Amino acid sequence: MSVLVYIDHSDGHIKKSSFEALSYGAAVAKQLGLPAEALLLGTVTDDLSALGKYGVATIQQVNNDSLNHLDAQVQTKVIAEAVQSTGATIVVFSHNQTGKALAPRVAASLKAGLVTGAVALPDTSSGFVVKKSVFSGKAFANVNITSPVKVISLNPNSYKTVAGDDKPASVNLLNIAVEDSRVKVTAVNKVKGEVPLTEADIVVSGGRGLKGPENWGIVEDLAHALHAATACSRPVADSHWRPHHEHVGQTGIQIAPNLYIAIGISGAIQHLAGVNRSKHIVVINKDPEAPFFKAADYGIVGDAFDVVPKLTEEIKKIRQ
Amino acid sequence: MKILVCISKTPDTTSKIAFKDNNTKFEEAGVQWIINPYDEWYSLVRAIELKEKDPSVIIHLVTVGTADAEPVIRKALALGGDEAIRINATSDDSFYVGSQIAEIAKQGGYDLIFTGKETIDYNGSAIGGIIAELLDVPYVSLATKFDLNGDVATVTREIDGGEEVAEIKLPLVVSCAKGVAEQRIPNMRGIMAARTKPLKAVEPAAVDALTTIASYELPPAKAGVKLIPADNVAELVRLLHEEAKVI
Repeated sequence: MSVLVYIDHSDGHIKKSSFEALSYGAAVAKQLGLPAEALLLGTVTDDLSALGKYGVATIQQVNNDSLNHLDAQVQTKVIAEAVQSTGATIVVFSHNQTGKALAPRVAASLKAGLVTGAVALPDTSSGFVVKKSVFSGKAFANVNITSPVKVISLNPNSYKTVAGDDKPASVNLLNIAVEDSRVKVTAVNKVKGEVPLTEADIVVSGGRGLKGPENWGIVEDLAHALHAATACSRPVADSHWRPHHEHVGQTGIQIAPNLYIAIGISGAIQHLAGVNRSKHIVVINKDPEAPFFKAADYGIVGDAFDVVPKLTEEIKKIRQ
Repeated sequence: MKILVCISKTPDTTSKIAFKDNNTKFEEAGVQWIINPYDEWYSLVRAIELKEKDPSVIIHLVTVGTADAEPVIRKALALGGDEAIRINATSDDSFYVGSQIAEIAKQGGYDLIFTGKETIDYNGSAIGGIIAELLDVPYVSLATKFDLNGDVATVTREIDGGEEVAEIKLPLVVSCAKGVAEQRIPNMRGIMAARTKPLKAVEPAAVDALTTIASYELPPAKAGVKLIPADNVAELVRLLHEEAKVI
């Protein structure tokens, strides 16, 4: 019996969400008195032994380069075999694009009860109850997993990374055959040089109040000063002022950064569904009646074109 | 070409979320039920578009739900689709629901199965992956574009910080996100036609649920917004730095 944490990586680097998943998996293992291990499919350039600081003693690796690309069908077979050979009883993923592709397949393959979007450690006082976000962030459900093997995917930014002492983890190579993929990837378009939205600690977002794409400079300047990612509301993406991958909300991307700054966004319920799990929300809007103020922690009623450049200046001062 | 579109009934986006029976059940009183928006706007509409291009395409809708799910299924049939199957069961366990649909899919021999990217009530994002695994076919999650050329699909999907385009031979399961299609409004002809389209109820297969919902809870209420005068932006920065400690 052990806890096995799936390590997600791209371009040779382990994703930040995996550090959270590792910390979470290590805490679950500690709670149950089980060993915590990590599973890496493919290869990375990062130092794997350094993952020991998140509380895992062993990294199980299937070092076949063809696994660097995600094919959920192929990877599920490898993960299921790794679970069997390591005797893992709890498998942890991040609830990101990779986890959404894999966790359900792996759960079905193992006949394991599945909770996606977990936000807290399980309550094991009676059963195995995992709290997850439901109703698009408007409530939580406490879900009891009743099967012997359990699969959990952790909402990004829900569990704080815990880095302990630098005890290096050992790497154990697993010899598992990898099937050929039936998916032929023809193009990968990645946004270069920007903080990915789902991994960002701070997100600066603009809405229709900014009047046009030519005015996005003030949003980008503020984001730059904060090392933040930029986002936008649905009407902005629909009007092609900003690319669709920046659209946060119910139909776009759901995010939960530590700080979300909404500029010129009224705060429709569909937009809130994408951002209401943010730890702190700042709203800047010239309309004091904007519904977003009800969901905000801090607000400024004022003209974005006046307030935002000043805010950028003040941030620069404090960051110096 | 046979397409199976998975349909779920969900509370309307603007519904008040409340619970009853000691917070163990969703309070359904006064709730307006709709087709899960991702099932409707993206997967169902895309299936209809494929049929409009090639009339030989057959579209079946499937839902797991008791008789009270029928009005929502009829609404879906008003948009399009040839017939609907209702699996007469109710469950909040994704393995149970996915297994029931996989059973229907095996019997029906579908080339393509569409789901929405998630439902707006349980936010599981799980059913498509479970069906694909049980059928042992490829699965594309969070598709933003879907095209078909014979029996090869070209699908664009979201990945962290970008998108990926891939070609996959059918059969295939796809979870559809924004971009796959545009929302449609059913017309009178569709609404009339939906009344007579076959809607078959079948009994569920014997499957054990692997999870149960023990209870629900609402998030703690926000303390209320702290308003800072527009001419004192420095105060906001101070609060973010010293009080919220986020910058």
